[in-house]
Amino acid sequence: MTVESTAARKPRRSSSKRASSAAAKPPQSSEPQLVQLLTPEGERVRHPDYDVELTHDELRGLYRDMVLTRRFDAEATSLQRQGELGLWASLLGQEAAQIGSGRATREDDYVFPTYREHGVAWCRGVDPTNLLGMFRGVNHGGWDPNTNNFHLYTIVIGSQTLHATGYAMGVAKDGADSAVVAYFGDGASSQGDVLESFNFAAVYNAPVVFFCQNNQWAISEPTEKQMRVPLYQRAQGFGFPGVRVDGNDVLACLAVTKEALERARRGEGPTLIEAFTYRMGAHTTSDDPSKYRNDDERVAWEAKDPILRLQRYLEAEGAADQAYFDELEAESETMGKRVREAVRAMPDPDPLAIFEHTHADGHALVDEERAQFAAYQASFAEEGN
Amino acid sequence: MAATKMPIAKAINESLRKAMENDPKVLIMGEDVGRLGGVFRVTDGLHKDFGDGRVIDTPLAESGIVGTAIGLALRGYRPVVEIQFDGFVFPAYDQIVTQLAKMHARALGKIKLPVVIRIPYGGGIGAVEHHSESPEALFAHVAGLKVVSPSNSSDAYWMMQQAIQSDDPIIFFEPKRRYWDKGDVDTDAIPSPLHKARIAREGTDLTLVAYGPMVKVCLEAAAAAQEEGKSLEVVDLRSMSPLDFDTIQSSVEKTRRLVVVHEAPVFLGTGAEIAARITERSFYHLEAPVLRVGGYHTPYPPARLEEEYLPGLDRVLDAVDRSLAY
Repeated sequence: MTVESTAARKPRRSSSKRASSAAAKPPQSSEPQLVQLLTPEGERVRHPDYDVELTHDELRGLYRDMVLTRRFDAEATSLQRQGELGLWASLLGQEAAQIGSGRATREDDYVFPTYREHGVAWCRGVDPTNLLGMFRGVNHGGWDPNTNNFHLYTIVIGSQTLHATGYAMGVAKDGADSAVVAYFGDGASSQGDVLESFNFAAVYNAPVVFFCQNNQWAISEPTEKQMRVPLYQRAQGFGFPGVRVDGNDVLACLAVTKEALERARRGEGPTLIEAFTYRMGAHTTSDDPSKYRNDDERVAWEAKDPILRLQRYLEAEGAADQAYFDELEAESETMGKRVREAVRAMPDPDPLAIFEHTHADGHALVDEERAQFAAYQASFAEEGN
Repeated sequence: MAATKMPIAKAINESLRKAMENDPKVLIMGEDVGRLGGVFRVTDGLHKDFGDGRVIDTPLAESGIVGTAIGLALRGYRPVVEIQFDGFVFPAYDQIVTQLAKMHARALGKIKLPVVIRIPYGGGIGAVEHHSESPEALFAHVAGLKVVSPSNSSDAYWMMQQAIQSDDPIIFFEPKRRYWDKGDVDTDAIPSPLHKARIAREGTDLTLVAYGPMVKVCLEAAAAAQEEGKSLEVVDLRSMSPLDFDTIQSSVEKTRRLVVVHEAPVFLGTGAEIAARITERSFYHLEAPVLRVGGYHTPYPPARLEEEYLPGLDRVLDAVDRSLAY
């Protein structure tokens, strides 16, 4: 049974507003169907093409991932408000898309994120505190991408989709059966790099899964300003399948991503997954969503909360009791505390770090400027004596 | 000694072949680099001998070429990509500047980006718009990149292999109007370091600094000046980033005069940096201000005017005279 979400059927904005602008007319094609395995009410439904069978343990695991990721995200937002971080890009509302897709990856797969994939990083085993260095301003990334096969956050929109595709071309050359996931957003789908990556991936049959979290907003610009054709349909023009999944349904995201990864492993090339979801908060702590969108929209999406629906399902299935939820709550608090303490303990880097790692093989000018800077710094120490 | 005479294009071709033979991770990528062998035939024959897997004809998309090369480098490959012409590199400029140049630093040194970007550059071949530019300063200004340009066959042969062996991203500017100039290549030689300037001709009265296509013009100018009893030293820079200021400085402190020559516009170009830094380093040695000869602050002109635009023998000698007149 295919379940079409109300989200997909109902226009997101008032029809009068749409009618007022010819340019904002919605695409002629009918709204696409979403792959869904768990309704907003927590009811398990079936889909003819996608399914996933999970034990109670595994279901609780997904729930724990989402809860802890949300707790981490909330902590980071607070830390920004307290002046400990310069900026934070919240994933609130996108936990299912990230945990579902992230848990679908295998250890030897490789992930290329944007700067909002905190839940995917969690699934890849990256210590959450490592994600905060760049937002605190002590580095521009700071983790070894090869430790967890999780590339650095990429800020320039869409660039990483090409890196993912190139990496996947290399995987295919090596004869390995691992796969690559490229994350990006609905705004990035307007970037040339994303479209070039679709084309390279198709031409070289690269084992890459393009996972677009369509969270409806690119800062203040709604999807109508990015596209005239539903995102997932673009894949067809490049010659590979595209599928739209309920991005607030962790089971559907897991099932669809697993299938796409298996397809890539079998040598059948790329897939585009459009996870239809919603960014509950601001783009980053720098913007104010009340300036560009109304509360009704948020309220409508709150009813589709990814965590709440899995919680309902766990309860209905008898897969988790109160003790489990209490324990998880305690674990969340502990993690929040750990993150808070870790951020506050992060020292400013040594000033000479400016000159570190500009090149792998060194560079005469950088060496010269480092020496000048070091001497300049040292001159203050001498004055102090 | 196994010196062979070959044109610059052939020297690069032989160098790529050697690099591919020595290291299975070396890949060639670009538009038309496969069966055609590139529009200048620099990759001629490589596709036939190394196949689709090593010599990759790409979609016509420069950002895609560089972006996927970055991904391949992250997977452990050493891609050598060709941008067909200088003026076509700009669609890839974002990937080069925001990604390729910075990724090693962003990862605190944990990953390496051994990518070489080959760009046939410069004018003098009667081409249409966007086929004759010299954008090297735009790349040299970006931290994280290294920028080099050979002026002769031997350097073309050795510098390419050194660039491929480097773990850093390198922008390799090939002087396209010199592709067919022949020179000796000693494939058994011990090459000098990639980023060291070379004294191309010794002299005592004035130093000419040039690189790539302008080295030949400066050598001709020095020969012409010799007829008039002037002894010019010619320094072939070879590398625009890093710049070998030490070699320039010692030459200038010997000759006490400096003229920098390049095809690129003079304004904020490589010559500007050399003039400023040599003035800092050697102020009391200089008998004249550092002069620059180069392109104008205009778009590269249509082909019928390029001889007026490009520094030739007369413009170089005019600058030499002005310097010597101080």
